[in-house]
Amino acid sequence: MANNVHTGNVHSGNIPDERPPSNTVGPVAWLRNNLFNTWYNALLTILIAWLLFKAIPPLLDWLIFSANSFGTPPQVCRQEGGACWTFVSEKLRFVMFGTFPYDEQWRPLITIVIIIALVLASCDRRFWKPWLALVWIAGLTAVGVLMWGGVLGLTYVENTLWGGLPLTLMLSVVGLSVAFPASVLLALGRRSQLPAIRVISVTYIELIRGVPLISLLFMASVMFPLFLPTGVNFDKLLRAQIAFIMFAAAYMAEAIRGGLQAIPKGQYEAADALGLNYWQAMGKIILPQALAISIPPLVNTFISFFKDTSLVIIIGLYDLLGTAKAALSDPAWRGFYREAYLFIGVIYWVFCFSMSKYSQKLERDLRRGHRR
Amino acid sequence: MASETRDTARPSAPGGVSFSLSDPTVRAVFYQVLVVGIVIAVGWFLIHNTLDNLSKRSIATGFGFLDREASFGIGESLIDYHPRDSYGRAFLVGVLNTLKVSIIGVVLATVLGTLIGVARLSSNWLIAKLASTYVEIVRNIPPLLQLFFWYALVSESMPPVRQALNPIPGVFLSQRGLFVPVPSADPVWGTMGFALAIAVIAVIFLRRWAKARQERTGQPFPVGSASLGLLIGLPLIAYIAGGAPTALDVPKLQGFNFVGGVVITPEFFAILVGLVVYTAAFIAEVVRSGILAVNWGQTEAARALGIDSGKTLRLVVLPQALRVIVPPLTSQYLNLTKNSSLALAIGYPDLVSIANTTLNQTGQAIEGVAMIMGTYLVISLGISIFMNWYNKRIALVER
Repeated sequence: MANNVHTGNVHSGNIPDERPPSNTVGPVAWLRNNLFNTWYNALLTILIAWLLFKAIPPLLDWLIFSANSFGTPPQVCRQEGGACWTFVSEKLRFVMFGTFPYDEQWRPLITIVIIIALVLASCDRRFWKPWLALVWIAGLTAVGVLMWGGVLGLTYVENTLWGGLPLTLMLSVVGLSVAFPASVLLALGRRSQLPAIRVISVTYIELIRGVPLISLLFMASVMFPLFLPTGVNFDKLLRAQIAFIMFAAAYMAEAIRGGLQAIPKGQYEAADALGLNYWQAMGKIILPQALAISIPPLVNTFISFFKDTSLVIIIGLYDLLGTAKAALSDPAWRGFYREAYLFIGVIYWVFCFSMSKYSQKLERDLRRGHRR
Repeated sequence: MASETRDTARPSAPGGVSFSLSDPTVRAVFYQVLVVGIVIAVGWFLIHNTLDNLSKRSIATGFGFLDREASFGIGESLIDYHPRDSYGRAFLVGVLNTLKVSIIGVVLATVLGTLIGVARLSSNWLIAKLASTYVEIVRNIPPLLQLFFWYALVSESMPPVRQALNPIPGVFLSQRGLFVPVPSADPVWGTMGFALAIAVIAVIFLRRWAKARQERTGQPFPVGSASLGLLIGLPLIAYIAGGAPTALDVPKLQGFNFVGGVVITPEFFAILVGLVVYTAAFIAEVVRSGILAVNWGQTEAARALGIDSGKTLRLVVLPQALRVIVPPLTSQYLNLTKNSSLALAIGYPDLVSIANTTLNQTGQAIEGVAMIMGTYLVISLGISIFMNWYNKRIALVER
């Protein structure tokens, strides 16, 4: 056998590379593999392409090509069809800032910037240090000063005048930051060895999670005034904020409980073996690990909480959705609900989508950290 | 726990019990008493204030108001209701409306969600992209905003009643909703329902018998087609035996609105479509992750055993995927039911909306909120119990 090797018809030097068969590379192959790989996929592809062909041109037409430019009066818009972006330009400041005094609207604008900056800073894992809490307290104080005013030469603005995006952001951010410590306590309470504390935590969490948020908001708007001693009264915004905190605490507690349950028993035993007491063990050993695991589900809770702030419209507060709906009730601008809802829908979407992308990225990063 | 055994092993101080906080048992009791004490104190403070406020505003507590005349109309109802009826009956109408939209919503959202979840895993690039676009758009927009959009779509963009669209003869679409003809009342529908019930019972027994026979003799029985035949055949025989009535109750324009047929109101349409579209996006993700959780090796192993692809899906992949799917699916069902309370914002008379009207009219705020919460707790508990039972049924039976 070995002799034959040299006697055969053998190439000397390198054989030139063959090009791959044309049906395995290039756009045609991609089409064949991804759109027309079976007969039913081919049928579905053609059907969907036809539907998209029917649906997208009119949509683009409405959105852009026959849309009325900024400044077209509503009467003209109604006759011509197509999106009426004048609605957005005309109502922009009302939808964004509600009834906040017109000349002072730079204040809610800065509020929005501060809150977004705080959130973005908290997204960076390098900033996950204790001083971040101080930054948050400072930021929220600045927000309070800007919105209420009354100091530093700012005119006082009652919180009944607040509205729009700052209100949505403040309800979410204040709600989440107050609910977070409460939820940690509730989650620890639910995992506690002490039966009375466990029962109280479980009852609270399951009670809140079993009822819709609207019923809590109702409770806040009609029952809280009855709960307080005569003479003491909270305003509507604070009552709604308390209802949101109660709601968020229960849901976040469940996310954190998931993290606590994922910590192996050995960690608890090791903490005991070191002679740490309960709070030392939790604060130094268990919670740092458990919270890191529960961040992705927590971010998911944040997203749904952010969307849920829109429910305050039901008890008569004007958040972003509330102001959009109020703008629509202006007789001159009735019927432009597509433009209005599209506009605020995009705002909500940008916030929620970036949070969910962030949570996915974080989940990947954290998993990488745990890989051995 | 280890520390407790260590400490209790230590001999207690002579001369009786010591109340040192360094004793874990004492400490545990102390903290529990402390927390319970605080909870009771806060509760007592709130109740005391409430009673005080109620007596000052001279509001009578108790559920006596439920027997009083409601004197408000309700747009749609599954049972007979008149403004002269009591608040109790009005509330029952609300509960039934909530259940109606939740049950139909759960079924439709499951179907749509499963389709989209499977579509996201499709080998067809266009379908997969379309499905993920749907999920990413719908999930990230507040459900209330979506509801407002659907409601405005019907109530503002549909023509008024007199210019109702008439896409199919007998079907009318206008601002007042979608009117569809239904078969006129006839005793044969009752007979058909009875026949269907018999068919369901027969199918249950047939399945048992077929399973027992296959275990005994190894011979399979075509249960699927036999069941289908029974379920369709028996009611069909009843229908033909009853004279096969074809009369339809067609909606007709009378005065300012349509009369006859069945109406899907704009409110019901908006809340149903809103809930289904929103929840389906979440169910799609649940279904997708459930299917992905089943190891591909399972499918390969089934093929190696010569099991055909339909049976592989039905007997190998689905039972394993369901175990992953059912718990998060339960919470989606619960979310849908709770989100049905958003109906209040668009005026669909669900239980929250009716309780809200009631508490505004009577001033019975505490009772009203308690009734909303109590009803939802019962519904949530019911769904949880059912899904836990189902989950246990399909759970992995370990040896």
